[in-house]
Amino acid sequence: MATVQADDKGLELLKQLAQSPEGESILGCMQCGMCGGSCPLGYAMRFTPRNIILQARSGRLQSVLESPSIWVCVGCYNCSYRCPRGIELTDLLWPAIRDRAMQEGYQPPAELQKALQNTYMYGNALGKSPKKRTEWAKDLDVPIRDLSQNPEPVEVLWLVGDYPAYYPRNQVVTRDFARILTALGVRWGIIGNKEKTIGDCERLSGEEGLFESLIEYNIQTLRSYEYEKLIVTDPHSLNSLQNIYPKYGGRFPVEHYATFLADRLEELKGLLVRPLEAVVTYHDNCCLSRRCGCYEAPRDLLRAIPGVQLVEMRRNREHGLCCGGGAGGMWLDGHIVELGGHRLSDERIVEAAATGAKILAVSCPFELSRFEDAAKVKGLEDRIVVRDIIELLAESMDLREKTR
Amino acid sequence: MNIIVVLRQVPDLIEQLELDADGKSLDWGAASYIINESDDHALEQALLLKEAGGGTVTVVGLDFGNIEGSLHTAAAKGADRLIRLAWGEDAPPRLSHAAALYAAAIKPQNPDLVLVGVQAHDEWEGVLAPWLAATLGLPYVGVIRGVWRTETPGKVRVHKEFPGAVMAEFTMKLPAVLGILGAEKPPRYVPVSRIRAAAKSAQIVDQNVGVQPPAVGAQIEQLYFPAKGEGATMLTGSAEEVAARIAELLAERGLLR
Repeated sequence: MATVQADDKGLELLKQLAQSPEGESILGCMQCGMCGGSCPLGYAMRFTPRNIILQARSGRLQSVLESPSIWVCVGCYNCSYRCPRGIELTDLLWPAIRDRAMQEGYQPPAELQKALQNTYMYGNALGKSPKKRTEWAKDLDVPIRDLSQNPEPVEVLWLVGDYPAYYPRNQVVTRDFARILTALGVRWGIIGNKEKTIGDCERLSGEEGLFESLIEYNIQTLRSYEYEKLIVTDPHSLNSLQNIYPKYGGRFPVEHYATFLADRLEELKGLLVRPLEAVVTYHDNCCLSRRCGCYEAPRDLLRAIPGVQLVEMRRNREHGLCCGGGAGGMWLDGHIVELGGHRLSDERIVEAAATGAKILAVSCPFELSRFEDAAKVKGLEDRIVVRDIIELLAESMDLREKTR
Repeated sequence: MNIIVVLRQVPDLIEQLELDADGKSLDWGAASYIINESDDHALEQALLLKEAGGGTVTVVGLDFGNIEGSLHTAAAKGADRLIRLAWGEDAPPRLSHAAALYAAAIKPQNPDLVLVGVQAHDEWEGVLAPWLAATLGLPYVGVIRGVWRTETPGKVRVHKEFPGAVMAEFTMKLPAVLGILGAEKPPRYVPVSRIRAAAKSAQIVDQNVGVQPPAVGAQIEQLYFPAKGEGATMLTGSAEEVAARIAELLAERGLLR
């Protein structure tokens, strides 16, 4: 049996984490194993959260830091949600372990490195030019206020997000949302090329320095405009803006688009003129649901669309299965398949199709490409399509791209 | 082992390049800059050599583009010394001038090994690495895909790539200049917190080597974007039909027998 040199750094790390706000509970871990048992990828982890704490306590943190297992967490918050001791495993333990590993020179999987490097250089993980942030809005049929060009007070400052701004499949949704906001008579604006990622995935990837530099930039930027509400398309941004930025002094009136629209449901109903006649199932994205406790707003929006029959997947609401895209997971698919044999998005699309639904509705920008890809992988393309709730609303409001 | 690495700044191609009003040069001021990719590999190779058997890594860069950021990143990765050469122009130096500037800074360091990226995407007069070797009067091998220490001091073992996926192994006497295509491993990821710390603590040594630009050299008559061609032909139909058509096209052009 291999001998492992005992180290003190595990205990030091735990003590350090215990000193952070809401961190003390980590000392109370009773080794029940609820975390690993709840984790949809726990089977692929050599070290589950429970085991990481055990190793750290017993002077064997090094073996954890060295393990590729630490790059399997996709930030679904199941472990945090179910931990009977209330330990913030997702927000506290995982990033700290990953940060420590990187500080000691252990390399994250290559694809994730690239995403982090891109974010450092360009403010988005896709490695796109910051100057092209508003290309999604080219020839859009509704007016746009780019506050970075012409500052003026608005009712809603919309943080578009990275995939919604750059990724062609998402740009369609982004254009739809611009039309919906306009149709609702909202005075809205964007900050154009001044926008950078909020950094939730970078934070949970353990890139503390990168996240801190994004926080500094974003707090300063978001303070320099006048608005009543900050609306995000990306629930990961909601997570960090609502739960983490305040710890750094950045308090913003932030909301995800689903709750923003659900608050205007009566007004919206009058605009939903075209029936959709479809069985729809909804995928709870982890940040909006388990992390931020919002389960009904997206469902209310879907139910409001005439003709939509909403059915539930076997695992839904707080038990919803993650798409595998958070905490850097968007750039860890290869690594996770190597260690775990499959992607959560592939598992989830099968579950969605099993409901008999013809449409899988989502409310997170990562999920369109993840689930559309999964549908192809699983040969379900003919049985189910993936649509953002925004797209379904826009279709019922007759606001979709006229050329489509 | 005293290793010197040259780090160059090149225009970042994620942005559209722009031409100067005179149509003879890039609008260098409009470009944003990144570290030259093969120079990044040269740095990685230097750090791997140092880690394998000691020594110092000194990084030399011209004060151009975002060199400060690249030097800080190099320090965060493990470079020991950072030298920034004075450069007041909007455009990078001509090749021979660059070679003279780097050589003037490198020579007094008495290096065992000088590692330079084998190419940079803004080079139009040839490549820097062999020119620098000639200016320093040192032997040169380029298109290197890995450098290792040998049992015998004063030598290194290198892998050089040739066309047709042929790899050759050389043993080289030091001092020497190597044109690095790729390090033994991909350039390492260094956490941003380390770069931020290096930006606060790392010492950059500023030098002005005062080398005059060369009097002669090729002049660019015109610089322009490639003209738009006729466009591509899209093949439609079933996979079999498309494959058959491709085979036909290749045969027509004598590429298939």
